[in-house]
Amino acid sequence: MRIPESTGSYARDNYLSQGRPGLRGWLLTHDHKRVAILYALAITGFFALGAVAAALVRLTLVQPDSQWISPETYDKSFTFHGIVMVWFFLIPSIPNTLGNFLLPLMIGARDVAFPRLNLFSWYLFMLGGLFTIATLLLGGVDTGWTFYTPFSTMFSNTHVIMAAAGVFVSGFASIVSGMNFIVTVHTMRAPGMRWFRLPLFVWAIYATSVVMMLATPVLAMTLLLIALERLAGVGIFDPALGGDPVLFQHFFWFYSHPAVYIMVLPAMGVTSELICCGVRRRVFGYRFMAWSMLGIAFIGFLVWGHHMFVAGQSMYASIAFSLLSFAVAVPSAIKVFNWLATMYKGVIDFHAPMLYALGFVGLFTLGGLTGLFLAAVALDVSLTDTYFVVAHFHYIMVGGAVMAYLGGIHFWWPKITGRLYSEPLARFAAILMFVGFNVTFFPQYVLGYLGMPRRYHDYPPPFQALNVVSSAGAAILAVAYLLPLWYLGRSLWRGASAGPNPWHATGLEWTTPSPPPHDNFPEPPVVERGPYDYRDP
Amino acid sequence: MSASSLPQASSYAPAVDHLFDAMLLLCGAVAIGVFAVMFAFCIRYRRGHAADREGGNTRLGVELAWTLVPFALFLGIFGWSIGLWAKLRTPPADSVPVYIVAKQWMWRVQHPDGTREIDTLHVPLGQPVRLVMISQDVVHSFYVPAFRVKQDVLPGRYTELWFTATRAGRFPLFCSEYCGVGHPSMRGSVVAMAPADYARWLHAQSSPGLAARGAELFRRFGCSGCHDPGSGVHAPDLRGLYGAPVPLSDGSVVRADDRYLHDSIVLPRSQVAAGYAPIMPSYQGRIGEEDILALIAYVKSLEVEGGQGHAHP
Amino acid sequence: MSTPQPLAHAPQFDDPTQQRTAAVLGMWAFLVTEVLFFGVLFAGYAVCRWRFPDAFAAGSRHTDLPMGAIETGVLLASSCAAALALRDVQLGGRRAATRLLVLTAALGATFLVMHGFEYTDEYREGLVPGLRYTQDGPLAGKMEFFFYLYFAITGLHSVHVLVGVVLMLVMALRNARGRFRATYFTPVELAALYWHLVDIVWIFVFPLVYLVGRAG
Ligand code: HEA
Ligand code: HEA
Ligand code: HEC
Ligand code: CUA
Ligand SMILES: [Cu+2]
Repeated sequence: MRIPESTGSYARDNYLSQGRPGLRGWLLTHDHKRVAILYALAITGFFALGAVAAALVRLTLVQPDSQWISPETYDKSFTFHGIVMVWFFLIPSIPNTLGNFLLPLMIGARDVAFPRLNLFSWYLFMLGGLFTIATLLLGGVDTGWTFYTPFSTMFSNTHVIMAAAGVFVSGFASIVSGMNFIVTVHTMRAPGMRWFRLPLFVWAIYATSVVMMLATPVLAMTLLLIALERLAGVGIFDPALGGDPVLFQHFFWFYSHPAVYIMVLPAMGVTSELICCGVRRRVFGYRFMAWSMLGIAFIGFLVWGHHMFVAGQSMYASIAFSLLSFAVAVPSAIKVFNWLATMYKGVIDFHAPMLYALGFVGLFTLGGLTGLFLAAVALDVSLTDTYFVVAHFHYIMVGGAVMAYLGGIHFWWPKITGRLYSEPLARFAAILMFVGFNVTFFPQYVLGYLGMPRRYHDYPPPFQALNVVSSAGAAILAVAYLLPLWYLGRSLWRGASAGPNPWHATGLEWTTPSPPPHDNFPEPPVVERGPYDYRDP
Repeated sequence: MSASSLPQASSYAPAVDHLFDAMLLLCGAVAIGVFAVMFAFCIRYRRGHAADREGGNTRLGVELAWTLVPFALFLGIFGWSIGLWAKLRTPPADSVPVYIVAKQWMWRVQHPDGTREIDTLHVPLGQPVRLVMISQDVVHSFYVPAFRVKQDVLPGRYTELWFTATRAGRFPLFCSEYCGVGHPSMRGSVVAMAPADYARWLHAQSSPGLAARGAELFRRFGCSGCHDPGSGVHAPDLRGLYGAPVPLSDGSVVRADDRYLHDSIVLPRSQVAAGYAPIMPSYQGRIGEEDILALIAYVKSLEVEGGQGHAHP
Repeated sequence: MSTPQPLAHAPQFDDPTQQRTAAVLGMWAFLVTEVLFFGVLFAGYAVCRWRFPDAFAAGSRHTDLPMGAIETGVLLASSCAAALALRDVQLGGRRAATRLLVLTAALGATFLVMHGFEYTDEYREGLVPGLRYTQDGPLAGKMEFFFYLYFAITGLHSVHVLVGVVLMLVMALRNARGRFRATYFTPVELAALYWHLVDIVWIFVFPLVYLVGRAG
């Protein structure tokens, strides 16, 4: 087995040492690499906040009628958990950290097209985060991350407007980043970097950006309407006047379904890179992989109604949405099979990023397959709003997307920091995470099937055993998440220097020193072949 | 396997479980297949292990195969589930209605004969029951896992759900749409009884019929002051109204169904009957949804005398 | 900063052409998101109007048609001025362009003032949901939706006009200082694009809000 090895010395003239020094140099930076680091620090903080909320939830659920925290606190906990994990961790995770750092490097550009806008995006994100934290300090919000009306508009006495403002503002960060990435990919590619020579990660970020740009405004407007409706005491979602609360659900899911693909497409991109390097082969079916991501992004806009099968939409609407939900699963199937086919006849190394990538493929498949249960209307009728759904989305979002994010962080860590981390520890953490994850969330499928509704802090005693298992799993998961923090942090001081290409990977980002210089490339690159040109047998 | 863990207590449940089991089989096989192939490749093609590594490039046929085969399978699942769904959406003609009013955080049930219960619903075995549900505040959801049915309950609008209980017993009822702090306490049970037991139970409740209660309310809320045939106010006669076409002042014609009657009481000004002044006060917030149901039952019970249909001037 | 070199470009770009392409593409992307912002409100309008046609027609009859018509004319004229200004800059003109840009801004401001008068009238008539809504009558309840959406849509639009006015003034100032020339006019082009979008949104608002109830 081959582990990453030093391929040169630590590049002294890099983006960390060049440019303006000190805090100001960071807070006013226009360098996409520094913005990426700023984002990474911020979302790590938000992940910790969301995780503490998850810990509150899991601790409460150890007992069927735990009085450990008040019901109000429980409701605020899962709401805060959902809001923070979705909008302040997972959506910005890969696009704004790895995407920001790597996109220009991968296409051979000096920076993104609009560096100032890029920094602005981070400030918007932080402002939104500030609102969210202010919401928490003021006492929280209890609507669930879905903000369903009329509960959120007419009944909740918590800080809904503040919470909506946080998501609203951070939404603009998404929009701005999406625009920036799209323009960058269109106009800044190095000579010879044709569309079908782009690494799949770039395709993934591109597809994601399209969704961000087209879906997020809808969410922003919808949240604005919620705020207006609370302020005015009247509005179109208000049933007291004959308004339609379900209209809100249409608007919300019109954004939020595409949003789940904002979360998973970048993860698919990362996985493609990791697998190709891990098996040292060209990706199987490059064009299919690229088109399937665009396909997911496109069809993803047409399936929102599958969250509303029992919400009172017409029977025929449900039928159409069900069919389209199956249609959107086809490109995902293509991707899973192509990853497997890429492994065929490869030379497989089991370094940590590869383990994460394999974890992604497995857990995404399990989560996606249960999505098919939910897309089948008749089954969804009994499964919706139970823990089956909770398990479904955690499998894809935590088992899938978070695994891929961590895999990507490990893979590009040497590039970003110029240091090598401890491989054995990293492998151990990856495996522990896989185990802890399944112990946490597999029982939830069973709970959901048995009928345990979600958002219940107080549940019938027969459900206790499985809940205890799930909470125990969460404790394992917690350890697995803390480990990387430790050994990655340590590598910053103790790690051996990585050199330009410790994985012997292909891709433009590996041709420049680690960490890369301020202008990314000592010489402007020229591209002569497609990605994944692994010559190794 | 799934049948053993959760009772199948409605006529619909076994059909859903068949689909579920089939999905479990199919998706389980696919999942095991994916993991097996992954492990096999990991072992066979690990670095340092000698294996044939020639060829194996992208092939269009392979791609198309694993695009089209899953798609075909998906269509199959889709078709199967839609069949069931259509069944769930079309209550049989002989189903008896039961009215459900949801509010933070309880379920109020009204049987057609006027019997009322809270957080419990008694139903006879073998008899299709159609729930007509409305919420008084936020969105709730009526969920009986043992029956495999669920339907959101909306404010301002009736939604329906039907089932036929097939197994005697007491089954948990959950509210499954988040509705505030009391959401998890909005639980209850559905009690399915043999028809004879059910009749005995109903008899023991000895309450005036729903329509009779409605008649009482009709006087108490002062409706009769305008709507009684003898009153001096120019207001429509409600006899024979239910199901009849009603010309509205804006020129359109609607059918007087439950929803129309409901809206006539809480939002009288949304649809004004042709030929009348919009003087009827709104009872929004003054009459609870349950009482509205009783009033509607009363209005429905008003027979046409002398064969004369509902007349509008 | 002194007068930029005609062919200057930001460090991340290879040449001015690339910079221009990027800027224009970025603006188009931005406009697409704008369309979606307004799209939600228009979708809400469509749904409510389909459900309560009479109330919406009645609400629409409360709006000030002559005022709306003049506002439409003002905005169209301003768009025209913006287009002429851009053309002038592209042809290397300077004085006329500055005046045209100021004219655009002035017309935009006129629009805002007129709309302000409309809002005051509506407040006096008690047509503002949440603040002062004193309507009575059979359709009052549903008409409140109309006005709610009316204020949401025109309010958001007015914010856009305001931004546009500021933008136009900045462009006028920069043009007066000689920042633009026949080879470098991207900012003016972008500002004009934005202004046209604001105009086009109004072209949808006008019939939906002012005309819809007056057909029959
Ligand atoms: C990243 C996030 C993510 C992703 C990618 C998905 C992907 C999918 N989701 Fe999921 N979903 C969520 C996040 C996500 N979802 C969230 C957060 C919710 C709940 C929100 C809330 O209510 O709070 C939700 C809820 C949700 C519902 C509503 C449940 C309910 O509330 O009642 C439905 C229903 O159709 C659904 C379906 C699907 C489908 C069909 C896919 C498909 O895209 C999956 C496709 C993938 C595969 C199918 C696996 C790989 C394929 C193969 C190996 C092929 C071979 C298979 C066969 C031949 C059978 N999801
Ligand atoms: C997008 C990302 C994301 C991520 C990463 C996570 C991560 C986790 N989530 Fe999350 N979750 C959501 C998104 C996400 N979730 C959403 C959108 C909802 C819906 C919200 C709503 O209904 O509105 C939800 C809801 C949700 C519920 C349902 C609550 C309910 O319906 O009542 C539960 C319950 O177990 C849960 C658990 C977890 C756990 C254990 C993790 C773990 O992966 C996190 C790992 C961290 C820890 C385990 C905590 C750190 C540990 C300690 C501080 C030590 C002590 C801990 C123990 C002893 C347990 N989540
Ligand atoms: C002040 C007089 C008045 C009172 C009190 C009143 N109504 Fe009415 N009602 C009217 C008038 C006038 C109409 C016809 C105009 C309209 O449709 O609003 C009407 C219409 C109706 C209709 C629709 C009938 C149709 O032909 O379309 C129903 C149903 C109804 N009322 C039920 C009730 C009930 C139930 C109550 C008591 C809770 C009640 N009304 C109290 C005056 C009254
Ligand atoms: Cu009622 Cu939840
Ligand atoms: Cu979805």
